[in-house]
Amino acid sequence: MSEADGIYGLLAEFKDADALVDATSRATAAGYRKVDAYAPFSVPGLADALGFRRDRVALITLLGGIAGGVGIYFLQWYSAVVDYPINSGGRPLHSWPAFIPPTFECTVLGAALAAFAGFLILCGLPKLHHPIFNARDFDLATRNRFFLCVEAADPRFDRADTQRFLESLEPLHVTEVPSS
Amino acid sequence: MPPAVTANGNGVDESRLAVLRGHYSYASISDKISDIVLTRPMHWGFYAGLAFCTALTVLFVVAIVYLFVTGVGIWGVDIPVAWAFAITNFVWWVGIGHAGTFISAFLLLLRQKWRTSVNRFAEAMTIFAVAMAGLMPILHLGRPWFFYWLIPYPNIMNVWPQWRSPLVWDIFAIGTYIVVSILFWYMGLIPDLATLRDRSDRRVKQVVYGLFALGWRGEARQWRRFDTAYLLLAGLATPLVISVHSVVSLDFSIGNTPGWHSTIFPPYFVAGALFSGFAMALTISIPLRAVFGLKDFITARHLDNIAKVMLVCGLLVAYSYLIEIFMAFYSGDSFEKYVVLNRMSGPYAPIYWTVVLCNVVVPQAMWVKRVRLSTLTLFAISIVVNVGMWLERFMIIVTSLHRDFLPSSWDVYYPTFWDWATLAGSLGAFGWLFLMFVRFLPAISISEMRKLALEKRRGEA
Repeated sequence: MSEADGIYGLLAEFKDADALVDATSRATAAGYRKVDAYAPFSVPGLADALGFRRDRVALITLLGGIAGGVGIYFLQWYSAVVDYPINSGGRPLHSWPAFIPPTFECTVLGAALAAFAGFLILCGLPKLHHPIFNARDFDLATRNRFFLCVEAADPRFDRADTQRFLESLEPLHVTEVPSS
Repeated sequence: MPPAVTANGNGVDESRLAVLRGHYSYASISDKISDIVLTRPMHWGFYAGLAFCTALTVLFVVAIVYLFVTGVGIWGVDIPVAWAFAITNFVWWVGIGHAGTFISAFLLLLRQKWRTSVNRFAEAMTIFAVAMAGLMPILHLGRPWFFYWLIPYPNIMNVWPQWRSPLVWDIFAIGTYIVVSILFWYMGLIPDLATLRDRSDRRVKQVVYGLFALGWRGEARQWRRFDTAYLLLAGLATPLVISVHSVVSLDFSIGNTPGWHSTIFPPYFVAGALFSGFAMALTISIPLRAVFGLKDFITARHLDNIAKVMLVCGLLVAYSYLIEIFMAFYSGDSFEKYVVLNRMSGPYAPIYWTVVLCNVVVPQAMWVKRVRLSTLTLFAISIVVNVGMWLERFMIIVTSLHRDFLPSSWDVYYPTFWDWATLAGSLGAFGWLFLMFVRFLPAISISEMRKLALEKRRGEA
């Protein structure tokens, strides 16, 4: 950010999804690394254009599911066999078939909580303030406009060059994003 | 995506069967849905419904307070019929939730495009129905302030829950169901809450919607993680459609009461759950699209599809009725045989035959395409099925209990005013919650509709 003080980045606004995907591919091809693309819905292929492939949400979900299932099974075994053994109709203390329904439910519960928490943590949410919200017309990013931002923190960022590059992508217009 | 239904000589207007009607841009979709919440004055029908539901909700609160002060003796329950209205309401309300999960999760996995405009309010229906359901066993507890004893936690009494009891499985099933449903619903709402944040002109709304939107920016990496997590939540919610009502049915079938002790119960209950749930989805969506002018988004295609799913579930329910009768006689068990004969000709026979009429006979009208495309007829059928399914739950529970093994303890159950007040009150509270949802949150997923518009433009939808 030292290069262009007070600027978070440059923002190009596009009218439709395909133009944004195309512009994003060209920006990454041009060697820009700190590039963000904003869209009002999940545009197919947009994350790939940014070179973003592995989102790790699935792994976190799997771990959450395992933790939930193993945890509740252990709790059932411990409470029914070790801590509070009760003869219930002559059934074995470790009556595993009866332990399956809570184990199933808690596997799902653990996985779902992990999926949601993993999504939030990986996205860095909640984060109510972000410099991108300072940009003019950025409220349209949740309505009908598509945005491409090259951050000033990018090593290749140059106020004039990057502006020219973004304008070559034929956006509606290019604006500065003030950093505060 | 199945091919669009073609007009087959019965004069059906083809354009009514599109998933998304008319020519909408991203902006007009966003504005049309969010304006319902932000700017548009409410239709008089909304206020009429709100007044009616508020009155019933007040009745519900009065019934609950009186119950807590006095005890379950204010209801008609007594030995031998110790489970009646509250448990019937519980089973019925849980079942209604299932259609919402089926629409939002199962149809997402099957990539059904028609899901998009109905999933949001179907999920809301699930959450509110499960909330009503969750209240019922607690109200029925006698000492409701001890309901948390079912939850395993280290306590000074040094006791643990009895893991072999289906009632303990129940609290896990219902608890998981409501938590997962809320997560799934809220996650889908985050991008739409950001739209409301950015489009509202009042500071209070901006702050409140902004807080719940968690600072969503619509960044591509966020969308990718959103898609993955949303798909995984759908995958996790889908088995819940099967498991929750199966566990509920085990509350009955694990017991040895004739009429309950049957292995067909889990699939039988799940089919009935989807049947009543899709009926409730119709009961809600038909007035919703009329009052809020959403007929381009919730089209005849959606109602047609819901009716078809209902028809299939209804046939499964009818099959279960037949198998139940067959198995009673095939078992050779005289008590089982008596329960079936008693249902058909005993003191509750009118209920049995009403159930058959409502759930087996009337839904067959939906074979006819004209019926499926007539909004009023569908609405009427949906009400009939709702009533029929409630009566079915009542029939299963009460007729099995009122005459079991020992004739000397036979008795007949009659509901009291407070039984009816609890049922009507829960309907009112459900309606009230739903109206509040429609008033303050987008009833249709805006971001998914935008994607649908893109796909329609590309000729995929």
